[in-house]
Amino acid sequence: MDPALLVEWLVKSGVIIFLILTGFAYLTLFERRVLARIQVRIGPNRAGPLGLLQPLADGIKLLFKEEVIPDKADKVIFILAPVLTVIPAFVLLAVIPLGPEISILGRSYSLSLAGDVNVGVLYLLAVASISVYGIVLAGWSSNNKYALLGGLRSAAQMISYELVLGLAFIGPILLANSMSLKDIIQAQSRVWFIVLQPIGFLLFLVASIAEVNRAPFDMPEAEQELTAGYHVEYSGMKFALFFMAEYGKMIVVSFITASLFLGGYLGPFVDKLPLLGPIYLLVKVTLILFFMIWVRATWPRIRYDRLMALGWKVLLPIGLLNIIITAILVILVGGY
Amino acid sequence: MTVLQIIFLGISVIIVIGALMTVSSPNLVHAALWLILALAGVAAIFVLLEASFLAVVQVAVYIDAISILIVIAVMLTRRAMGETERQINRSWLLAAFAAFMVFSGILSLFSQVPQLANTPSDLVESSEFYIQELGKALVNVDQSIIPFEVASVLLLAAMIGAIFIARPPERAGGDS
Repeated sequence: MDPALLVEWLVKSGVIIFLILTGFAYLTLFERRVLARIQVRIGPNRAGPLGLLQPLADGIKLLFKEEVIPDKADKVIFILAPVLTVIPAFVLLAVIPLGPEISILGRSYSLSLAGDVNVGVLYLLAVASISVYGIVLAGWSSNNKYALLGGLRSAAQMISYELVLGLAFIGPILLANSMSLKDIIQAQSRVWFIVLQPIGFLLFLVASIAEVNRAPFDMPEAEQELTAGYHVEYSGMKFALFFMAEYGKMIVVSFITASLFLGGYLGPFVDKLPLLGPIYLLVKVTLILFFMIWVRATWPRIRYDRLMALGWKVLLPIGLLNIIITAILVILVGGY
Repeated sequence: MTVLQIIFLGISVIIVIGALMTVSSPNLVHAALWLILALAGVAAIFVLLEASFLAVVQVAVYIDAISILIVIAVMLTRRAMGETERQINRSWLLAAFAAFMVFSGILSLFSQVPQLANTPSDLVESSEFYIQELGKALVNVDQSIIPFEVASVLLLAAMIGAIFIARPPERAGGDS
């Protein structure tokens, strides 16, 4: 194997892990500051300038906390569960192109780890749902009825909304005539798919918020009734891993939304200055993240039965209808 | 041995261990997890063969959909924790013998197929082509549309049956 290729992969993996980890740390700060602004508070501003060292302080605090494993818990699975939840968040970003191809010193590099995977969209869907296991097993192995209820709720919710998510994926696939994320982004060079697929975009947004268990779909960890749900019994770094998974998946889902519907790295002057691509992508991702925090700050939680009814009786039929209409239009008018 | 063969052997060992633990683990949830390990190993072998579509479908269908249903069903129907049962009854030797016979039968059948002697390298260039051919074959009248439709009808019937069984009984005099 070409050693230069190996180095390239290592560097890219390092960049992706760094991106998710710092993104996770600063997303917590971003969320707390934005929530505070919306609720007319100030938010954390003491650790470092503007509170910028707050994530570091939180991390150190969590590292030094005592790790409690319940006596009657299934210990191996109890430790395995947070790991299973975190890993999908890290490997998902592998197929998402972060920018157009750039050439440095006569070699061209594609700005995604796995290059151009022809089943990229399917990969996203398959890997994303592995983290259901982490949550279900965390709930089960804690040997706590609140945790078990939270885990089961979460599994039912994620399976239901995964269907909607999958249906929402199909719109851009049909329009771009490809399952590779690179082709989907390239197909949006004239007009973004949010314009051609407004219903698909809304479905995707709702389903992705439900998929990462964020408010208003945060039933699995409803503080008031389940005392935090599946991670009641977790403490210290293992607790932090669950949060890392949640925020990591928020970031990844924002990357996917930006790539599928908002043109990904495309923007003015990208073909002349390829390095602008990642910057455009990051701006779009930040806007989507802000939207998710905004939703959390302003919407009350949906009751569980209504959540399931919304998923199965409203979103699923709309998704199917959207696919049929899109398919007919693609045949009549022609896709890209 | 090439690196590829070593990786293949490693994955195979993991699959076999996972399968053995699935049938011998006393705890049902643990058994389900070992099953998932075995299925993930199969997905890894698909990746090794550069059959990316099959690998992704293996993960999406077997690991995500089917196994999660098994896990949830176990959690909902049994006492949640500490339920351990013996997984082996008197006829395990007979069952092992039957499994061995089936395995050797399949092995001897496969060893007669001449194409299997080749290395799988010709899958690499044309994997995109295969997906398109597969998609077209599923809706082609001359090829496999009839089995495809029969399978859909079967699944639909199973789904309606499941809904009918799971439907709550009508309340007497109630408006629901």
